[in-house]
Amino acid sequence: MKRVVITGIGIYSCIGTNMDEVRDSLHKGKSGIGIDPKRTEYGYRSPLTGIVPLPDLKGKLSRRQRVCLPEEGEYAFMATEEALKDAGLGVDYFEKNEAGILYGNDSSSKAVIESHEACLEKKDTTLMGSGAIFQSMNSTVTMNLSTIYKLRGINFTISAACASGSHTLGLGALFIRLGLQDMIVCGGAQETNYLSMASFDGLSAFSTRVDNPQKASRPFDKNRDGLVPSGGAATVILEEYEHAVKRGAKIYAEIVGYGFSSNGVHISQPSNEGSALAMTRALQDARLKPSDIDYINAHATSTVLGDTYEAMAIDEVFGASKTPVSSTKGMTGHECWMAGASEVVYTLLMMKDSFMAPNINLEEPDDISKKLNIIAKTTDKNLDICLSNSFGFGGTNSALILKKL
Amino acid sequence: MKMSKMNREEIVEIINNFLIEDIEIEQESLKEKAFLKEDLGIDSLDFVDIVVVVEQKFGFKIKPEEMSKVKTLLQFYDYIENKIKEG
Repeated sequence: MKRVVITGIGIYSCIGTNMDEVRDSLHKGKSGIGIDPKRTEYGYRSPLTGIVPLPDLKGKLSRRQRVCLPEEGEYAFMATEEALKDAGLGVDYFEKNEAGILYGNDSSSKAVIESHEACLEKKDTTLMGSGAIFQSMNSTVTMNLSTIYKLRGINFTISAACASGSHTLGLGALFIRLGLQDMIVCGGAQETNYLSMASFDGLSAFSTRVDNPQKASRPFDKNRDGLVPSGGAATVILEEYEHAVKRGAKIYAEIVGYGFSSNGVHISQPSNEGSALAMTRALQDARLKPSDIDYINAHATSTVLGDTYEAMAIDEVFGASKTPVSSTKGMTGHECWMAGASEVVYTLLMMKDSFMAPNINLEEPDDISKKLNIIAKTTDKNLDICLSNSFGFGGTNSALILKKL
Repeated sequence: MKMSKMNREEIVEIINNFLIEDIEIEQESLKEKAFLKEDLGIDSLDFVDIVVVVEQKFGFKIKPEEMSKVKTLLQFYDYIENKIKEG
């Protein structure tokens, strides 16, 4: 089996639109949450959201390339630009060398809804415009980025709800381990427009602490009242170890473990058993024991049930070793389809600069979360091996283990 | 301005403006003899967007089967002018 390393990262999120800004926000425990007044007008229960600036791509991409990119694709392009630069790669390289792309994405609602509205008004499908179809499909990010960067290897999108980004990295690692690809551009993207999250808001899953938006997302806290939706994109360049060494690439870490499971129970409620199984399988895959893990980046989204089940699962697997845990979603909100990839980027930034980002807004853990070693304040620590959890609707679970070389 | 009152110059100005602004074609490329595909680089997807812009600017829809006969910018100006005259 080949070894898989990470040689470039890029991030575009509500806590920063590049690695340096994001690293500083993580270290300071800075929240990126705010209020979108359009949501109240539209009928949302909660106007809270991660505030992500829209990039201006004029001059960076041609008209044809821009017309086909939806919001999440624009974020993905920005994150990928940074990741490729970080890895010393570009179109010139891909014209001569094969590389693939796998990206997590599970909606493109704005594009679908706007096309529908155009057709309702004009009664003519042509008047939806040429970009509508390419913006509307779940695979929009991979179809756009593969053509922008001339990628000629594996090319598809992974839709696995809020575990999309994490499964993408796990599957990417498998393709490289099996020797099928030397390099894959991986990541996750999430649209943040008000059209995309309305039906999720309808489930009463979102926090309504509008009086203090930056305190609204409070994973594991006793008084949490729901998640805050957020988005952006994160890109992670996966590369076969020998290939990276030969290229003289900088190596952030090795992906040594990928564990997955499906709860097979409820469409929205999580399961401690399924979550624990994903973590256990990741440890088995990495041939590590729970006490080898220096830090866990939890999935914990600040929902009442979700955090409880994850706390039970972490306690079951890591209780004896009291492994430090934090959820970065207190700062970022829930970056949904992107979260599995962005949280790997956040963890890599922590590993690089030897600190654990705080689980902000944790004033008093609930009874089950009390059993965990939750890091509420930024803590300096050398991190050699870290685990990142991601869980999604439909009971899909993913855990990744990263090891510094 | 009422569309039927537009003269040739005004029509050409509107077309050139949207080709520059919306389709992002370089101004200096806009010569009457220019071929839409070969010289201006307008591909089949761009034609869809031209249909959208024409509908917005002139209020009528150009038919793709008619547009297939339009090869040069001059023919495009003529086509739009004739459609306006037809009402």
